[in-house]
Amino acid sequence: MSPQELKYTKDHEWIQAQGADFKVGVTDFAQSQLGDVVFVELPEVGRQLVQGEPFGVVESVKSVSDLYAPIGGTVRSVNQELLTHPERVNEAPFGDGWMITLSPANVDDIGELLDAEAYDALLAKEQNH
Amino acid sequence: MTEERTGASEGQRTPLYDAHLALGGRIVDFHGWLMPVQYRSILEEHRAVRQTAGLFDVSHMGEVEVKGPSAGRFLEGLLTQNVQDLTPGRARYALMLDAQAGVVDDLVVYARASDDFLLIVNASRAPEDLAWITDKANSVAGVSVKDVGPTLALLALQGPRAAEILDRLTQGQASSIRRFRFAQLRVGGVDAVVSRTGYTGEDGFELMCQAEAARQLWDVLLREGRPDGLLPCGLGARDTLRLEAALPLHGQEIGPDLSPLAAGLDRFVKLDKADFIGRGALLNEQAAGVPRRVVGLAFEGHVGVPRTGQSVVDERGQEIGKVTSGAISPTLGHPIALAVVPANYAAPGVFVGVMIRGKMAAAEVVPLPFYKRGA
Repeated sequence: MSPQELKYTKDHEWIQAQGADFKVGVTDFAQSQLGDVVFVELPEVGRQLVQGEPFGVVESVKSVSDLYAPIGGTVRSVNQELLTHPERVNEAPFGDGWMITLSPANVDDIGELLDAEAYDALLAKEQNH
Repeated sequence: MTEERTGASEGQRTPLYDAHLALGGRIVDFHGWLMPVQYRSILEEHRAVRQTAGLFDVSHMGEVEVKGPSAGRFLEGLLTQNVQDLTPGRARYALMLDAQAGVVDDLVVYARASDDFLLIVNASRAPEDLAWITDKANSVAGVSVKDVGPTLALLALQGPRAAEILDRLTQGQASSIRRFRFAQLRVGGVDAVVSRTGYTGEDGFELMCQAEAARQLWDVLLREGRPDGLLPCGLGARDTLRLEAALPLHGQEIGPDLSPLAAGLDRFVKLDKADFIGRGALLNEQAAGVPRRVVGLAFEGHVGVPRTGQSVVDERGQEIGKVTSGAISPTLGHPIALAVVPANYAAPGVFVGVMIRGKMAAAEVVPLPFYKRGA
């Protein structure tokens, strides 16, 4: 069961309200699919993102995946620990493996995201094909 | 997460396929074979081989028997190495070339008797190798060629603890097998040909047995080695391990357009022996000067992951070569790559650029191997 207090995208990112900002990462399913994460490329603080825009890259031993902005906004902070410890994404995808925080451009963007139940239903479908 | 994950479903299975599923192996298609790329984690498996031991199923590799009174001489006409000087129980790494000195495959030849040889070849090349060898043998009397791959399984037990683990199962006989030698041993009730060979840069063994006995051998080895930290390991770790050891992979460092001299495999090429296919082209290449070479590249810092096919560029950003293999080295903690570059760039200390996802990353040519056991 995915954490109830988060919202999700169909690309397996999660988003969490942090005061006025939002914290973003990838889900447990995503890290499991990726395998050992060996490199994470994150945007610069201050970069403006549009909802759905690629904002970075997560590389595992065998693959490269783009990260997509769940909502539009301005990058407020970036998890520097991932530069030296990319494995945090595997170890704690909802915790220490967080990637960026965003100051939202339009809070209505959140309404388009999946809640935990809808995300889990999506996962169930994906794992049964 | 579900325990069973099948990313691929169409393909050939080794005798250990069910074992891989039972262990939570992530199955991928590897040149038509359904193989585990990892069980829990490529990095964890890689570290196990470097620190304790790992067990690989490499039954997808090909095995070709070449027998007969002329077998030795025939093989010397096909391979870059001598073969007739191998006493029974000795093995040797060699390359099989075409007339342009392109590499048909790299392989290990096992001398079982003066008229009885076994070649172990890459899984990705097994059908081509069999066709090549059979074709060349057609016009030669006293040589028979037989594909024995389907009847055999091959396991690799690699790592600093491999010898202790295997010794416990063989009353100490395993450790007395020297490097590139092999012997028939009984391991956990299974008859196996055990060779002191491997593709990881660690000490280790490869064990060949009848397909029907493979699961028993696999289970016995895993059970015996668990207390030592033995882990089952997939093809992902196999690749990162061999890269750190700078061992070539057909299709990347060697291949139809990549000669053994360019790949730095000169010491496995005996130009002074009797003629073999490709010898003439090699002599020409040597005389003209080998134009390109495979080098090792090391990167500082956090620049991304070097990967096969990325461009290698000079200081002006002009492409001068390509990355043949790359990864972030689990042992060294920084990115490494093998790349083919013009000969004048092939000296330690030279700097080149590598285009990693559109951005140039600085890399230094370094001596090989990246990792050496015991260093």
